[in-house]
Order: sequence, then structure tokens, then C-alpha cells
Amino acid sequence: MLKYFWLIPLFPAFGALVNGLFGISFFKKKRWVNIFAVGTPFLSFILSSIATLELLKLPAGNRLVKAILFEWVPGGIAVLRDGSSVPFSINLSFQFDPLSAVMALVVSGVGFLIHVYSIGYMGKDPGYARYFTYLNLFTFSMLLLVLSSNLALMFVGWEGVGLCSYLLIGFWYHKDSAANAGKKAFIVNRVGDFGFLLGILFTFFTVGSLEFTSINEYIKGGHLSTSLATVIGLLLFVGAVGKSAQLPLYVWLPDAMEGPTPVSALIHAATMVTAGVYMVSRMNLLYSLSEIASGVVAVIGGITAIYSASMGLVQNDIKRILAYSTISQIGYMMLGCGSGSYSSGMFHLTTHAFFKALLFLSAGSVIHALSDEMDIRKMGGLRKYLPVTFPVFLIGALAISGIPGLSGFFSKDEILLSAYLSGRKWIWIIGVITAGMTAFYMFRLIFLVFYGKERMDEEVKHHIHESPKIMTIPLIILAGLSVIGGYIGLPEAMGGRNWFRSFLSSVIEEESHPISHSTEYLLMGISVISALIGIYIAWLFYIKNPELPEKLAEKFKALYTLLYRKYYVDEIYGATFVRGTLNLGEFLSKYDLAVIDGIVNRTADATRGTGSASVLFDLKVIDGALNNMASGFGKGSNIFRKVQTGLIQNYLLAIIIGIFIIITLTLFI
Amino acid sequence: MNINFMIIVGSIIFLIGILGVLLRRNLIIILMSIELMLNGVNLNFIAFANYLGDVKGQIFALFVIAVAVAEAAVAFGLIIAFMRNKDTFNIDDMTLMKG
Repeated sequence: MLKYFWLIPLFPAFGALVNGLFGISFFKKKRWVNIFAVGTPFLSFILSSIATLELLKLPAGNRLVKAILFEWVPGGIAVLRDGSSVPFSINLSFQFDPLSAVMALVVSGVGFLIHVYSIGYMGKDPGYARYFTYLNLFTFSMLLLVLSSNLALMFVGWEGVGLCSYLLIGFWYHKDSAANAGKKAFIVNRVGDFGFLLGILFTFFTVGSLEFTSINEYIKGGHLSTSLATVIGLLLFVGAVGKSAQLPLYVWLPDAMEGPTPVSALIHAATMVTAGVYMVSRMNLLYSLSEIASGVVAVIGGITAIYSASMGLVQNDIKRILAYSTISQIGYMMLGCGSGSYSSGMFHLTTHAFFKALLFLSAGSVIHALSDEMDIRKMGGLRKYLPVTFPVFLIGALAISGIPGLSGFFSKDEILLSAYLSGRKWIWIIGVITAGMTAFYMFRLIFLVFYGKERMDEEVKHHIHESPKIMTIPLIILAGLSVIGGYIGLPEAMGGRNWFRSFLSSVIEEESHPISHSTEYLLMGISVISALIGIYIAWLFYIKNPELPEKLAEKFKALYTLLYRKYYVDEIYGATFVRGTLNLGEFLSKYDLAVIDGIVNRTADATRGTGSASVLFDLKVIDGALNNMASGFGKGSNIFRKVQTGLIQNYLLAIIIGIFIIITLTLFI
Repeated sequence: MNINFMIIVGSIIFLIGILGVLLRRNLIIILMSIELMLNGVNLNFIAFANYLGDVKGQIFALFVIAVAVAEAAVAFGLIIAFMRNKDTFNIDDMTLMKG
């Protein structure tokens, strides 16, 4: 089965095709839409699992399967940077190795659960088939991204997920805010993708191939200089910054919450936004080569983590809090990758996919129960109304806070450990503080939503109901994964063998830092204490003294407003880039109207002027000359016609006089 | 007979004919004047034929008489056709070609 792994992305493509072309109006029944929509990612998941199991049977060094389907872009001869020329050729080829396997499992597995959940969540939406078309298309693109064996095909998937993200954020396109959020996501991503594309081109220009294996061989051969690695690494990272919503291109992600909640869970939490982390891990040799590039990755990741966590502290929209949390957690992953521990970034990516999907989906369940209410100030006391959603949400919150025993604890600690070891201690401190903030905003959410006074309207309260089984069962599965997911990477200090890292070791080469177990326990203890402090403060603020937050907000009004208004970044971007672009557009439009159109109009006027002058010339001069000549002839002939009397005798007289004159002349001259 | 005398007589007859053509209004008279001019010319021919002792002049005079007959016949036809249309012989009424 392993050699047919390239079918993994094609199943959802087929599902998207069927639902996109036929849809509900053709099938009449939702059941058929469901079968194609949910069945195809499930097939992908089954195939990914089988392929991964078969991959595991191979010896560790040989865990790489490539499938070259056909030559996709045949080109001529390309001249490279060093002057040598190689044939330009890009294959449509896939590759399956531990890194792809992890991503494929996460994407198809979590994707499948979210597809199932969507059946319940989107059940009453008129755009049901369209929704699943987009969702399947997204799964296809994402699987393409993670399974491609070269940067070019990866870029196709990269753009594909961007497109699907745009389509799904603006799914309720009749809402202005949703349509604008979609546009914003798309445009901000364009900025990043531009850098990414430049990076791809520069890679080809340097290496002469876009295949990951060739690039890695090139780097291993020591052909790549550090400075070039820095340039390529930074350019590719610009793409990752856009796609993974890091500073300064994170602004689209909070707005992306306008989309349906399962979309936020799948695209804007579990899979798409982590594509940047996957890319950095995929190019790990490149980043390991360049101290600057990996340093930038780590610093951007660290700053993004604390920066967006600080904004998450004071937001009131349940989905936006989770969105800021996502940005913050991806910052963590970047921090791990940049610190040289790519496997910890991937580990956190995996566990984050579980618990963040869980959090989003249970938030969706809450929103569903409260008739689409998203403001946490209008919730509260929901614990007893939502007996399934509450415990799974709690598990998700504990996992993301890094409470020992749950998945988030293991992955987060590994990242913090690598940050501590990387020599940038201040980033480790940032990471620890962020862990506390994460715990605080998650439990603020829990206390405000599930505890305390019931602050919703009577009308809404009347309709509160637990979600149907089709929504709660995926939640329970994800909750289970959030608990046990961490044990695949159980660190040695806790008696494990870090199976996850050794699984990835054939793809990711990282230095192992020897560290004593006691230091490791100490670091774990510090981050756990930080998280517990966060939870305690949340308890203090929202359970013990519910009036305390308001007092504090009153006291530190400037800081609170700054955080609540999200550091005014949207306003700043609005005033500079957006306003600037609009002004430029207006200026160009005015320039167009005044100068370009002006030239055209003046030319037209001039042509018309010469035209009428030419008409005048024609009428007056040419026609005038002819008319005058004609009337001159007329007048002249009027004089001469008088000679023609019609009296023959006059003529005869003239003849005779003439003869007389002629004779006289001949005779006498 | 002196040649001068004959030429002078011929010239006088010719001149009388010219004057008749130019001055008279009656078509018949004009036709008669043309005959006079022809005969004046004939007299000239004969006079020189006699003077030079050459018969060619006389033969030419006979030609002229013959042609004059034909001309007179045609002219009379035209005059009668004109008179039938206009009820007059007056040449002043023949102004169809006036410009």
C-alpha cells in the first residue's frame, strides 16, 4: 500500500469534485453529500495510517518513498548562480517520509473528525454542499502541501490552502465583515507568499533543483554558503510568517474567525496555519546552517507568542481569544524550530492540532448552544447545561496550559527546554511567561463561560441545549487524543524514549544537548508553576473577586485599552498600508483621469479641431476654387454668348470682314 | 476684249451678290444673291480661261453651274420647309441658334 500513498490527497479532491459539481440539488438527500464529504478524508486517513505503519517496518535510514507521477513543468536549460547550466524540470512527485507521515496523519485525522463535526454544525446551512466542497478542497490542498516532494508542488498546495481559507472565511459572504475578513486574509497572505515564491526561485537559482532530497544533498555536500542559506531561509520564512500568522503578518487570523467554527478549528488552528512550521522543519538543514535565519525564526516566534498572548488576555469574543491563543502557540512552535529543535516544533504542532481543534470545536458547541452568541460576557454558568462540552473544553484548556500528564505539557516543555539550551535565555523567559498567560486566558474563558452567573438573555437561555452526538463524539475523540497525544514524545527524563523525535530523526537532523535530568525537572517545574499561577490568578479574578478585573482595568486604563484595542495594530496598518494603498490608488486614478485621459482627450480634441479645419479648408478653398472657376467661366461665357446672335447674316459679315482683312494683310505685308 | 473689263464686271456682280446676301431680309432674294455671287465667279473663270487660252477654267465654270443647280434645289427645299413652319421668308425670324 505504501507505494500508492500518492492517492492520499486525491480522495478529498474527488470528494470536492463530486460535491462541487453536483451538490445537494443533484443528490436530493444530504446523505450522499455526507458520504462523499466525510468518506473521502476518512479514506485518506486510513491510507495514511496504513502507509505510516508500513513506513515504520522499513529500517530507519530508508524511510523515504517517492512517487514521481510525471514531468509537470518541462523547461529548457537554466543557468544557475554559479554559471553552470542544468535542465529546468519540475516533476509532479510526492514523497512519504516520517515528517510527511506525521502531517498527513494530523491533517487527514483531525480533518476527518472536523468533517464529521461539521455535519452537525452546518446541518441547517443552505450552503451545505458548497461548505463541504471547500472543506474537501482544503484537505486536498493541505495534503498536497505536506506530501509534495518539491517546493514547487508544495507552493501549489500552499496557495491552495490560502484560497480555501479565503473561501471559507468568507463563507457567509452576505455578511460584510466575513467578506472583508476573507479579503484581508488573502491579501496579507499574498505578502508572505511573495517572499516564499522569491525564496523558491532563489533556491532553484542556487541549487538547480526544487526536490527536497536534492536540496538536502546539496546542503550536506557543503555547497551552500552560510550567507546564501540566510537569504533563502529568511525569504522562505517570510512565507511562513504570512501563512502561520506570525508578527507582523498575524492580523488576518483574528478576523478569520468570521468563518464557520469548524473551519476555524481545521484551517485556522489545527492544520493550515501550521504549514509554516512544517515548511521550516522540512528545510531544517537550511535553517541549521544559518545562525541568523534560525535566530530570526526563534525571535519572531518568541515575540509573537507573548505578544498575541497579551492580546488574548482581555478579549471578549470566545473565538478571538482562541485565535490569539493559536497565534501564540504557533509562535511557540516557531520558537522551537528556531532553537534548533525542529522535532519539538512538530511535536507541539501535533498536540496543538488535537487540543486546539478540540477547543475550537467545543467553543463551536457553546456558540451553537447559545444561538450563535460569541461574547463571553453574555455567557456564564453553562457547566450544567453542557455536560459533554464542559469536560472536553476543560481537558483542552488543561492541555494547552501545560498541566502535567496532558499532551500540551510534553510538547511545550520540550520547546522551552530547547529554547533554554539554545543560548537565548531571554526567549526561554518569554516562553515561561507566555505559558502563564496562556493558562490565565484559557481559565478566564472557562470561568466566564462555564462558571459564575448566567448572564445570557432569557430568550437564549430558553434554547440552551447540548449538541447532538455527531458533534460531541468527535469532541470526545479529540479530548482523548489531547490527553494521550503527548505520550508519543515522552521525554527520557520521565522514563520515555522520545519516540516521536527518533521517528523524525531520519528527516530532521538536530544536535542533542546533553542535560542532566535534574535541570530538566527544574525547567518543567518552573513552567508548570507559571501555568498554575496563571490559573490561580484567573480563579482570583473571575471566581473569587468578580469585580476585581474591572477595578484593575480602571486602574491601568491605558494598558487595558492598549491590549483591548490589540495594540492598535489594525488601526496602524489601516492608516499606513491600507490607507496608503487606497491613497496611491486614488492618486493613480486621478493621474489617470487628469493626465492619461487628458492626453487622450486633448488628442481627440486636436484631431477633431484639425478635422473641422480640414472640412473648412475643403469647403472654402478647394470647393471655393472650383466654384469660383465655374462661375468665372459662366460669367465669361455670358459675355461671349452675345456674339452668337443666331442671325446668319451677322456671321457672314464677320466672315467677309475677316477675309477682307486677311487678303489685305497678305497683299500689303 | 480687255481682261480687266471682264474681271471688273465679274467682281461687281460678285459684290452685288455679297451685298444682297448681307443686306436683304427675304430668303428668296438671298438665294438669288448667292446665285449672283456664283455667276460672278463663273465670269471670272471664263475670263481667265479665255485670257490664258486654257479650257480648264471653262470646265470649272460648268461644274459650278451644275453644283449651283443642285444647291438651289436643296436650298429651295429648306426654304419651303422653313416657310411652312414659320409662315414667313424673313431671315430675321431664323434665330433658333441664338446663344
